[in-house]
Amino acid sequence: MTQFPTVVDDLGTGQSSERSIDRSVDSTMILNMGPQHPSTHGVLRLVLEIDGETIVRMKPEIGYLHTGIEKTCEAKFYQQVVPLTDRIDYLCPMTNNLAYCLAVEKLLGLEIPPKAQWMRVLMNELTRINSHLVWLGTHAMDLGAMTVFLYCFREREDVLRFFEMVSGQRMMTSYFRIGGLALEPPLGFFEKVKKFADRFPGNVDEYENLLTGNPIFMMRTKGVAHLSAEDAIAMGACGPTLRGSGIDIDLRRDAPYSGYENFNFKVPVRTEGDVFARYLCRVAELRESIAMVQQALAGMPEGPVKADAPKVVLPDREKMKTQMEALIYHFKIITEGFAVPAGEVYQAIESPRGEMGYYIVSDGTAKPYRVHMRGPSYANLQTLSKMCEGQLIADVVAAIGSIDVVLGDIDR
Amino acid sequence: MALAPAITNIEELKAHPALARLLEWNPAVPQSVKFDRDELTIWVQKETIREVCAILRDSPDCPFNYLADLTCVDWYPSEPRFEVVYHLLSIPTKERVRLKARLDGSSPVIESVTSVWPSANFYEREVFDLFGVRFTGHPNLKRIMMPDDWEGHPLRKDYPVEGYR
Repeated sequence: MTQFPTVVDDLGTGQSSERSIDRSVDSTMILNMGPQHPSTHGVLRLVLEIDGETIVRMKPEIGYLHTGIEKTCEAKFYQQVVPLTDRIDYLCPMTNNLAYCLAVEKLLGLEIPPKAQWMRVLMNELTRINSHLVWLGTHAMDLGAMTVFLYCFREREDVLRFFEMVSGQRMMTSYFRIGGLALEPPLGFFEKVKKFADRFPGNVDEYENLLTGNPIFMMRTKGVAHLSAEDAIAMGACGPTLRGSGIDIDLRRDAPYSGYENFNFKVPVRTEGDVFARYLCRVAELRESIAMVQQALAGMPEGPVKADAPKVVLPDREKMKTQMEALIYHFKIITEGFAVPAGEVYQAIESPRGEMGYYIVSDGTAKPYRVHMRGPSYANLQTLSKMCEGQLIADVVAAIGSIDVVLGDIDR
Repeated sequence: MALAPAITNIEELKAHPALARLLEWNPAVPQSVKFDRDELTIWVQKETIREVCAILRDSPDCPFNYLADLTCVDWYPSEPRFEVVYHLLSIPTKERVRLKARLDGSSPVIESVTSVWPSANFYEREVFDLFGVRFTGHPNLKRIMMPDDWEGHPLRKDYPVEGYR
């Protein structure tokens, strides 16, 4: 019989890379899913080896969206990297901004005024709601529940309007700056957020009415794509994927940053480790997030939103026009950046998808020597093969939705 | 807020669970240490990296059972050129530690830690792809971001930002 070389020479499980399939004997088949597949949420390609409908092995192929952001960062001043971080995980731009800014502030030893910290928490929780709404809508739509998508995007629109109010941008906000915020929030902003926060728990009830007890949704998710706690840790899962497998970890509580220690919230943990458990974790997080938005609004301190560090933070427009020193500092920051003391930091924060870490190495100049982003989607994607082996092809769609990958975060 | 000076004296840092465990196992393994900005860095010999990781993962008091990140820094043109960086997290105690191993630029090879944490698979492939560091014992050491026929390793410092012309 003719031997055909396989489409994929190795599925990443350590087997021989010279393997070829004798198609007359072998009962398995290679199926290519993606990169242009609506349920892969971006340009993710999955190579599936299937036996009938059952998956024998699967291998994610990534890199289609690789833009070399880490390399680009090395050629920019510290403050010029902020807009790049938005583009990594485009569903939670503020989280990326925050992780980067916190890392640089840690390198500089810079203290941030309380109002800026609370605004950062407020915006981060709104970002989490935004990201989870996109996840919930698309995940439900993948599983055949179209209505939820429209409901979720209705509320997401409100959140994007808040982003637009503070930063002028709906998605690529770049609202956080090293040393604080870009601008004061505009008049009427807090009232609008308050109105939204009062209404939103009712909206979450609506989503849950459509999904949580829905027999079709339960059949598609319960017991599907199971991941045990041991596997979750060994495979490097993080965020709701890890919490859905029964590991109680949340960096907002365990390693508080940006004033999270002032907030009361519960960390939802489920022990089932299936798609439904991850769904329940995230929906519970939506409720916790909106409660934290309420707390942030109630306790918002007064004061400046930028640190008192003229060599790092750009001066106010008004000062620039009237004071010589402010103009000089502005000119120097824009043209030569600011030097950051040599050293290295790894700043991890809890993004909607899990641990997002920024590892920054400084050599004492105005440009970062090395910036590495530890993306939560990158870590979670590795668990996918473990979840899907032995499952049906239709369950792959549920599994991808349940780990909530963003390909911009994976490929960078 | 002024930065506290970095501590590099191994005696002063003995209390940290990761360093204590390593010293208990083999006092010669930690080559040097640095405690800077509330983060502990331990340099270890590259030959011992897999054993060090296994020892820390199975440490009884404070198991560093989670590989948070694995990456590399290129210090071109100085030698040893590469530093492979491991960020470990202990899920029960929430302690963190950073391990580093230095590699020569002429033949950057280090043992893979995929046998300790399967999650190292993608990270090591990424370092191999973008820095050209080889990991022995890795099950599938292929390019992950760049196309398979790509020439060069983009994150090396001698690789121009705009690519070779």
